[in-house]
Amino acid sequence: MNALPLIDLKDASSFPSRRVEAWKYSDLRKVLREAPAPSPSAAVPVVGGGPFEALGGEAMVFVNGRAVGVDTLMAAGTQTLRLRFISRAEGTGHAATARISARAGAKLLLLETHEGSGSAYVAHNRLELDVARGAEVIRVVLVEEPADAISVTQAEVRVEAGGVYRQTVLTTGAKLQRIETQLLHFAQGADVRLDGAYALAGERHADLTTVVDHVAADGLTSQMTKGVVRDTARGVFQGKIIVERGADGTDARMQHHALILGERGEIDAKPELIIYADDVQCAHGNTVGNLDESALFYMQQRGIPAEEARALLVEAFLIEVVDRIAHDGAREVARTWLTDRL
Amino acid sequence: MLKINNLHVSVGDKPILKGLTLDVPAGEVHAIMGPNGAGKSTLGYALSGRPGYEATEGAVSWKGDDLLGLDPAERAARGVFLSFQYPLEIPGVPAMTFIRTALNAQKRARGEEEVSAPAFLKMVRAASSALKMDFDMLKRPLNVGFSGGEKKRMEILQMALLEPSLLILDETDSGLDIDALRIVSEGVNALRSPERSMLVITHYQRLLDYIKPDRVHVLAAGRIVASGGPELAHQLEAEGYDRYVAEAA
Repeated sequence: MNALPLIDLKDASSFPSRRVEAWKYSDLRKVLREAPAPSPSAAVPVVGGGPFEALGGEAMVFVNGRAVGVDTLMAAGTQTLRLRFISRAEGTGHAATARISARAGAKLLLLETHEGSGSAYVAHNRLELDVARGAEVIRVVLVEEPADAISVTQAEVRVEAGGVYRQTVLTTGAKLQRIETQLLHFAQGADVRLDGAYALAGERHADLTTVVDHVAADGLTSQMTKGVVRDTARGVFQGKIIVERGADGTDARMQHHALILGERGEIDAKPELIIYADDVQCAHGNTVGNLDESALFYMQQRGIPAEEARALLVEAFLIEVVDRIAHDGAREVARTWLTDRL
Repeated sequence: MLKINNLHVSVGDKPILKGLTLDVPAGEVHAIMGPNGAGKSTLGYALSGRPGYEATEGAVSWKGDDLLGLDPAERAARGVFLSFQYPLEIPGVPAMTFIRTALNAQKRARGEEEVSAPAFLKMVRAASSALKMDFDMLKRPLNVGFSGGEKKRMEILQMALLEPSLLILDETDSGLDIDALRIVSEGVNALRSPERSMLVITHYQRLLDYIKPDRVHVLAAGRIVASGGPELAHQLEAEGYDRYVAEAA
């Protein structure tokens, strides 16, 4: 009932239109009427180690949907994995699926990058992730794609008893870009954080959608998403939290805050809490606004020129999301990545 | 010196200042007193260039520059500092980062060399300890969650570091208890100098016991209706503003 529709790039009839409720702000069919021709498999040399190169660890790399090496990992102990989805295509489409699990007690730092170049490609990337009993996974996702690319990223995450999962997605959008996370609190006492930040300019579109299903007791979910749109860009946040019967002791909090800079940007926000259990704490907060003019004047009065003051306020607004990344090295890379793109 | 000549300022369509004329020579402290709604805060905003406070007539010159033709940051770089009645909270920007950004922006605008991080840190340590401020407070986002007294102290700290030449204090005493008032006033008094002019805007005489003005002006219905020495403040405290309001109306 709560599952999001499946997409198959080879089958245009699987592309949801806005008539599908979960896709109403991101009409995939409108921008993609036919199945794209498959992207070439011609070996594209992989240069460098991606934005997280300095943090080392192992790499799992997909180029135009094809795995360069393994596409499956079972993490044990303490591990760092750089998961790289590289797109280098012109007008073609490709899909990839990565399967990762963190074994009981493992600590996995999952550094995921979507590195797009070329133009007008269609990418469909999937991640299946299991966080076993007592395991801890930090997933940091940086998404950078051309303005005319279309991409759908879908992660299915299952967290078992006492598992800890921390996710932060940072993106600058694309022509139509959807980043979905479906998360299942599968057993008691999972601790989940789902954060995101989007900074969109031009005609870019980014859709951060999450569905969190609490089927077990004592689960924690904390979500903070922030966004800034300029020009005619459009940001979408859809956050659904379901607390099933019996999932007592659930504590779920969701926040989304966005700024519209300029007259023609658009934000669509849809927070949903669906609660069937009695003994739960759930809250959500959502704000959309502009920069505080009084604060701007105050800064200018102290000598900071208007443009610089605006930039400082925007950065401070978004960086709160980055500050929540629990891993020092990953946080610093994410901070630099984001501030370079503002 | 500051020369304000026949200044008319409207907010929206509403005229607030209606022909205000005032000179503040270098090195002097002038108090602006007046009833609520007289236009005291509007004067501070108009001098510092707040959007929405439109000068429809008159002129303001500061050290020979036409202030009204400059944007707020340009005015700040020329030494104009407005201490806010209610200092704004700037979430996400640590106080120290804020002040250093402001100082270096001003220096750039004046063609001076920027201050390095270590040199700035030294300046901040000295200035904050003079104001008996907890240094850790400077690492927190500016004014976020600060008490009224802490916010005012932060204003004085900014003054001490930015070294403005025209200080406009808008109801600096509001929300301060006696101890905080003393510390803030000492901070302001420490900045008195022959090159610096100050405009102290206040509703009550109390603040002027601590910051002694050279001249006192009464602002009512958008104009200066009386001027005198420090004794005028005491007279106002005893008699109230009724006489001036009636005359101005």
